[in-house]
Amino acid sequence: MPDITKHLQQQINDARNQGHKLAIVGGGSKQFMGREINAQQLDVGGHSGIVDYQPLELVLTVRAGTPLSEIEIALAEKNQMLSFEPPYFGDRSTIGGTLACNQSGPGRPWWNSVRDQVLGVNLINGKGEKLRFGGQVMKNVAGYDVSRTQAGAMGTLGVMTEISLKVLPRPAITMTLSREMEHSEAIRFMNARAAEPKPLSGACWLDGTLYLRLSGAHSAMEATAKHWDIPVMANGDTFWQQLRDQQLAFFAGEQPLWRFSINSTAATPPLKGPWLLDWAGSQRWYRGDNEMATMEAHAEKAGGQVSLYRGGDRTGEVMHHQQPALQAIQKRLKHSFDPDALFNPGRLYSWL
Amino acid sequence: MNTDSKPLNTAASKPGKTELAEMFRRFIDPQFVITDEETLKPYECDGLSMYCVMPLLVVLPETVEQVQQVMRLCHQFGISVVARGAGTGLSAGAMPDAGGVVLSLAKFNRILHIDPLARSARLQSGVRNLAISEAAADYGLYYGPDPSSQIACTIGGNVGENSGGVHCLKYGLTTHNILSVEMVTVDGERVVIGNDGLDSCSMDLLALITGSEGLLGIITEVQVKLLPTPEIARVIMAGFGTVDEAGAAVGGIIAQGIIPAGLEMMDSHAIIAVEAFTGAGYPVEAAALLLCEVDGTKEEVQEHIEKAEALFRDFGATSIRTSKDDAERALLWKGRKNAFPAMGRISPDYYCMDGTIPRAHLGQVLSEMQDMSKRFGLRVANVFHAGDGNLHPLILFDANKEGELERAEAFGSDILELCVKVGGCITGEHGVGVEKIRQMPMQFTDPEIEQLNAVKSAFDPQGTLNPGKGVPTLRNCQEYRAINAKPQAPEVQHA
Repeated sequence: MPDITKHLQQQINDARNQGHKLAIVGGGSKQFMGREINAQQLDVGGHSGIVDYQPLELVLTVRAGTPLSEIEIALAEKNQMLSFEPPYFGDRSTIGGTLACNQSGPGRPWWNSVRDQVLGVNLINGKGEKLRFGGQVMKNVAGYDVSRTQAGAMGTLGVMTEISLKVLPRPAITMTLSREMEHSEAIRFMNARAAEPKPLSGACWLDGTLYLRLSGAHSAMEATAKHWDIPVMANGDTFWQQLRDQQLAFFAGEQPLWRFSINSTAATPPLKGPWLLDWAGSQRWYRGDNEMATMEAHAEKAGGQVSLYRGGDRTGEVMHHQQPALQAIQKRLKHSFDPDALFNPGRLYSWL
Repeated sequence: MNTDSKPLNTAASKPGKTELAEMFRRFIDPQFVITDEETLKPYECDGLSMYCVMPLLVVLPETVEQVQQVMRLCHQFGISVVARGAGTGLSAGAMPDAGGVVLSLAKFNRILHIDPLARSARLQSGVRNLAISEAAADYGLYYGPDPSSQIACTIGGNVGENSGGVHCLKYGLTTHNILSVEMVTVDGERVVIGNDGLDSCSMDLLALITGSEGLLGIITEVQVKLLPTPEIARVIMAGFGTVDEAGAAVGGIIAQGIIPAGLEMMDSHAIIAVEAFTGAGYPVEAAALLLCEVDGTKEEVQEHIEKAEALFRDFGATSIRTSKDDAERALLWKGRKNAFPAMGRISPDYYCMDGTIPRAHLGQVLSEMQDMSKRFGLRVANVFHAGDGNLHPLILFDANKEGELERAEAFGSDILELCVKVGGCITGEHGVGVEKIRQMPMQFTDPEIEQLNAVKSAFDPQGTLNPGKGVPTLRNCQEYRAINAKPQAPEVQHA
């Protein structure tokens, strides 16, 4: 695939001159996230391909529109992986969208998030300038960490064109342990196991059942399973893949899906309806109708934040509100990257 | 923060030293508002003592409210503020601004809460790095990043510099190990960035603050993640006949799918100096030495140690020694941990550089560095966080000899330029500070510098937070590029 950076710059400059706004789209698989906006599509999906991959350096550089599947095939050949286990919402999910929406899978508490693994980005700002921040090395503190700041910004700070990431070896083996457990007991249990020096790489609770994943050397798996005395579950990998990609029955249907990112040990908010606990309790999913303000109060009580992840009213706010001083800073930051407010206006917040 | 906040008074009404001290003493214990020359003296520099400036005065507030009041006053009068933790930084990032205030967080030394089940700790920003792990040890937990100054450096400073340490290949940098910070903005607002969860809605401000060298706000509290202490850790020390063999062995370990907890390399100059200083039993005949620490469960460590030993032999290791217990592990690390003082023994002064390179270029970089060493007439020893490509060349010089300091600085600048040339960066973990501000235009273009300055303005429109550090002005960039373009290396004969 060709390098279309110049073409993207041209489209940005045109939008700037003609006064229209741009909706950045990679594979289009995460259109359901964020607020509804009305803007002309800027297609980054055509900016695809692996630029450089150095397995011995654990460093991968890809164009932002590269599909996750293409990246993971290349990494698998060298027995490596994207350790943040990016969710696939269909086969068109790209690495750029994954970073912009800060999406990481079940292994996130142990193997880091996409934001954590970012080493550098190339970005076109609202002035059409191509900028490079970070780099292709693990340690780099020159300049502010603009690369990781992109995580969760949903494209509001610019158009990412290239991303460098730290990749990791695939674990030799994974094993899933599973047993029945009551909701609040599961919260305590998952956290207690996570505090032990054992090769835990997943901890989830759903419908009265606890699921733990172990990864690493074979000998260590066996010893840990025995030590914890929890039965091994067959076909465990399928469960974690369906959890990652939101294909479990819990995620089906039209009910609004809320995501709580909270203290892993907090009591689950007293709301009627189904819950799914992931990340050893740090990430909790809830299905049901409710008011944003009510949900925010629950999230704050639990030490974190909430977002209306999928469904519901997408014309109102869908992200946890910001403290006024931080809101002011973010408005100024947005202005510093995108003075004409070209990129994804209102996608993240009505005021951004 | 008020978007259109402006200083209420003009420069004409800016208070003098005595007047300002008087204002501070109304809400800070008077003994902690320092104005006399003698007590101010220790604050004139940080760990990089070649850069010294006397501040107008130093304040040591004891509460967040006091920090807010200091910031409001300074904002009102357009007075600069430089935050300071333990002053162990190595890039003059905490060097005072002449005519400005140094805000020391030394009184913010309380561990507020440790939550063993949630594996987190809330700390005031002046808490020492090592004190966190010491306090968490009772629960079988520890704090990951372990910069070599960890006995003294503070968590607030670690956030400011995004500090790493010898274990960051596996356990990450500060940015990977914190959940939230409480920060006082330039105009005195108290904000919390992040929360008890693993991420926040919207752009990642926590990432932006981490490593921002005190240019965006004053950190008053930090919530860190704690990790379970591994069941066991063992270290292999392997000597090699050439640097290239040792470099290849590092790649070999990674290719095996092993991520060591620490993976350090030293060149022969460093090995000899360190062995003379510590007597840890390092192989002085080796051209390069690797320290490879593996941690985890007993089973996993056993498996990985066996693999790594075999692999080092295959890559031509001339000597291999593996720790049998924690005492021996500590002994093998002792040399590496004392590398800097060991240099102090063989040279009156040393200048520690901090570039990062893609590891594949290690051989080339070390060999070019030896050429430079001859050209500048100064010795250089190398210690290297080999796992993540972070190079610490130690340039040996004597500041009392005419021109040696300048030559050491020019030598250092050339090394950083070389790091950028091979695809690396000018600073892996020490920060830009004052020291490397002239090298920023080597790594960044003008529009990039302009964007970084715009980020700064979003937090600090008047530019009073730690001025003159981190990011150069565009005008200075042109000047630095012109200077850097001139030939710098004089032909000097070895003494």
